[in-house]
Amino acid sequence: MPDLHLTEDRASVAESAAIDQTLADLGVTPAIVVETERVVRGGVHRKNERRHALLPCLHALQTESGWISRGGTNYIAEKLNIPPAEIYGVASFYEMFRVDEAPGHDDDVVHVCVDSPCLQYAEAKIAELTAAGKHVHRSPCLGQCDRATADHGPALFIQGRGAENSVPSDDATGLWDLPQKHEFGITLLKNVGRIDPTSLDAYVGAGGYKALAKAFGMGADQVIEEVTTAGLMGRGGAAFPTGIKWRGVAAESGTKHIVVNADESEPGTFKDRTIMENDPFALIEAMTIAGFATGAQKGWIYIRGEYPLATLRLQNAIDEARAAGFVGDGIARSSFNFDIEIRRGAGAYICGEETALFNSLEGFRGEPRQKPPFPTTNGLFDQPTAINNPETLLNVLPIVLDGGEAYKALGTEGSSGYKLFCLSGDVATPGTYEVTFGPTLREVLELAGGVQGTLRAVLLGGAAGSFVGPDALDMPLTMEATRAAGASLGSGVVMAFNDTTDFSAVCIRIAEFFRNESCGQCVPCRVGAVRQHEVLVRTAGAQLNGEVTLLNDIDQAMKDASICGLGHTASTAVLSAIELGLI
Amino acid sequence: MTATDPNLTETAVTISVNGNDVAVPAGSSILDACTAAGIDTPTICYAENLTPVNACRVCVVEVENSRTLVPSCSRTAEEGMVVQTDSDRVRHSRKMVLEFLGSGVDLSQADEIAPWMETYGADPTRFGDDVETMNESVRIEDDLYVRDYDKCVLCYKCVEACGDDAQHTFAISMSGRGFGARIATEFDVTLPESACVYCGNCVAVCPTNALQFKTEFDLRKADNWREEDQSVTQTVCSYCGVGCNLELHTQDERIVKVTSPNDHSVTSGHLCIKGRFGWQYVHAGADD
Repeated sequence: MPDLHLTEDRASVAESAAIDQTLADLGVTPAIVVETERVVRGGVHRKNERRHALLPCLHALQTESGWISRGGTNYIAEKLNIPPAEIYGVASFYEMFRVDEAPGHDDDVVHVCVDSPCLQYAEAKIAELTAAGKHVHRSPCLGQCDRATADHGPALFIQGRGAENSVPSDDATGLWDLPQKHEFGITLLKNVGRIDPTSLDAYVGAGGYKALAKAFGMGADQVIEEVTTAGLMGRGGAAFPTGIKWRGVAAESGTKHIVVNADESEPGTFKDRTIMENDPFALIEAMTIAGFATGAQKGWIYIRGEYPLATLRLQNAIDEARAAGFVGDGIARSSFNFDIEIRRGAGAYICGEETALFNSLEGFRGEPRQKPPFPTTNGLFDQPTAINNPETLLNVLPIVLDGGEAYKALGTEGSSGYKLFCLSGDVATPGTYEVTFGPTLREVLELAGGVQGTLRAVLLGGAAGSFVGPDALDMPLTMEATRAAGASLGSGVVMAFNDTTDFSAVCIRIAEFFRNESCGQCVPCRVGAVRQHEVLVRTAGAQLNGEVTLLNDIDQAMKDASICGLGHTASTAVLSAIELGLI
Repeated sequence: MTATDPNLTETAVTISVNGNDVAVPAGSSILDACTAAGIDTPTICYAENLTPVNACRVCVVEVENSRTLVPSCSRTAEEGMVVQTDSDRVRHSRKMVLEFLGSGVDLSQADEIAPWMETYGADPTRFGDDVETMNESVRIEDDLYVRDYDKCVLCYKCVEACGDDAQHTFAISMSGRGFGARIATEFDVTLPESACVYCGNCVAVCPTNALQFKTEFDLRKADNWREEDQSVTQTVCSYCGVGCNLELHTQDERIVKVTSPNDHSVTSGHLCIKGRFGWQYVHAGADD
């Protein structure tokens, strides 16, 4: 590691106290230890012990000072032995960190969602807030699409200065009212809105931790067997078989990790937030089972920085579970040790890509890694890692309780089990809805009270997904049926647009989203996403005509030559809109 | 890594490149195999003395059963792989990468890239006139080298040379995100304020002249940079006992830049401030 070269800037007392507190909370030893008169540096082998504390330290500094100050950066550099240029490189990667001391930097920052369906309300709100002297940040989807449509206003997230972050529409008291009626016999969402999400007793009273006990009884290998038999596929978008992933990790030795990818940022997606805010113990139990099955000792939840209530609820759940012996050493009086830590993202869609997430969590820029090698062998800290979406993990509970065969029997041949859909846009009652795989698009839309107005298109799978027209209403929302139609379920986004929609504006915003969220690492995505956006802006409202060839050329290169899924899917929605004649 | 004679190792792997079997030592990259097969592969972010970052994606090839193209520089050759280096898909992506770069970056001094533009029929102007570009001005902060980020393709080579791969100084990093990403010191302070130790290794690995020695910059400005008139003299650095090989590039009998061979066992192409920049004494008195 380097001998650090620091500028003269020094951290304020408050800044260094905030950073010290963060390190103490994490149990991270500072890099420089003063022994008598000698200064002893930590050394390379301790890099992994500390660098993952960078993101939490940056959060602490941002909250304390309203920006990543130069003095604070130097203080972190010394404590964690990270070169200041690298800290700047990391901090400047994220939306939530400000690296310039602009006027008003010590105000709260109000993030206003400008993605569909908030898009139509965003400009008016931004004008109103700006006129009121607020510091406004145009934000990509904040994962509150259900509320925004209902409230006729864009989603907001307030990044506090000297205070915790908050979401104005969050209600931290009482039980949340799930739009879907519980009479439907739902499974994944059974506790949502029914039990106190802050109480372990309530969770256990509702049958919680029975699955973990059963998993201990059947043994690790059998748990993986059941998950494999069940045919469970990842619910984050890639639909990879969970059993194969877990089997791969179980076959590895040494330190292993379970990582929950709770960086839910796909525009239109809010199902994981629904789970984490309203049934956090279920996620803790499910990831503990994943740890037991794969032989992992360490669990991490990487959660969106814009999800303060979910973070609070999960932290409370971990604390309560630890106090009751469900997290930590010797879980439920077994010999199994499993600890869980939460890490907050800081505003970067790309960090939902699994290898970018690892880099981010480790304290590096959230740039995806080349695969292979895959996370099952070279994941977090280059160690074997099973990384799963919260919804995927929640499915493990009924699989363990009822058996893989019973789960496999649910749904269709190619898509077994339960699926959450995020209904938003022009539907009567937006929200998270659970189905057993099988219902058609029309039936799923009807769960949310049906379409408002005359349906023109539905965005399936989010900004990385594609538009389908009314002729797809009778398509079953299964993996196989959507794949056959050239679409995908992605993260479960079902966003309805009626015939009053300005699709040119919607598509320009989708293209802008990818332009803004590309990490910039590889050329096809960094430049391709910009060129795609420029074409759409240039032709806005007019005929695309000759430009379609150019868009197709850009698309082909991004699909073929980008490093990760962001580039691969950055033009899917736009091209599908052209195909449907929406633009 | 250079491909050695596969007959000398027991752990060779054989892959098919454009229908021909190529044997390379285990652990070699597809790029190594292509090179061994005599196939010229365009590369920008790859350098033999740096860890591949596979960011530019111009070296992509088609591998059978792979959904996307794969970067040949960083993908290990596996027994039985079937690789196409000149398929329509490969040519399309390579052409697009070159057009993307050419449309946003000043490649006027990127001598290595220019021939590929022709090979792949790249036309960077097809995106129109009103496109976003790097739009950076030249930074002259000292007498040793300049940074002209208008020419920067963000290949990460300088970051690697400054960091883990050579110098371990970590004075620069990639900063920002997306098209706004830039190579920067902390808070973009000037080089003299930063941790930079002026080894010049970043300049040596830059493929586009975004980083160039001040001597070269000044001569180009005076329209007097004549590579065709330059000669290169190999010598050994006289400052310490390490024994770094130097290549003195001279024009009109004056040193205009100093490099070191990438395949030199001591330097791997990297030098320190003394070897790289401490040559003015050679001309002492000559100007009088």
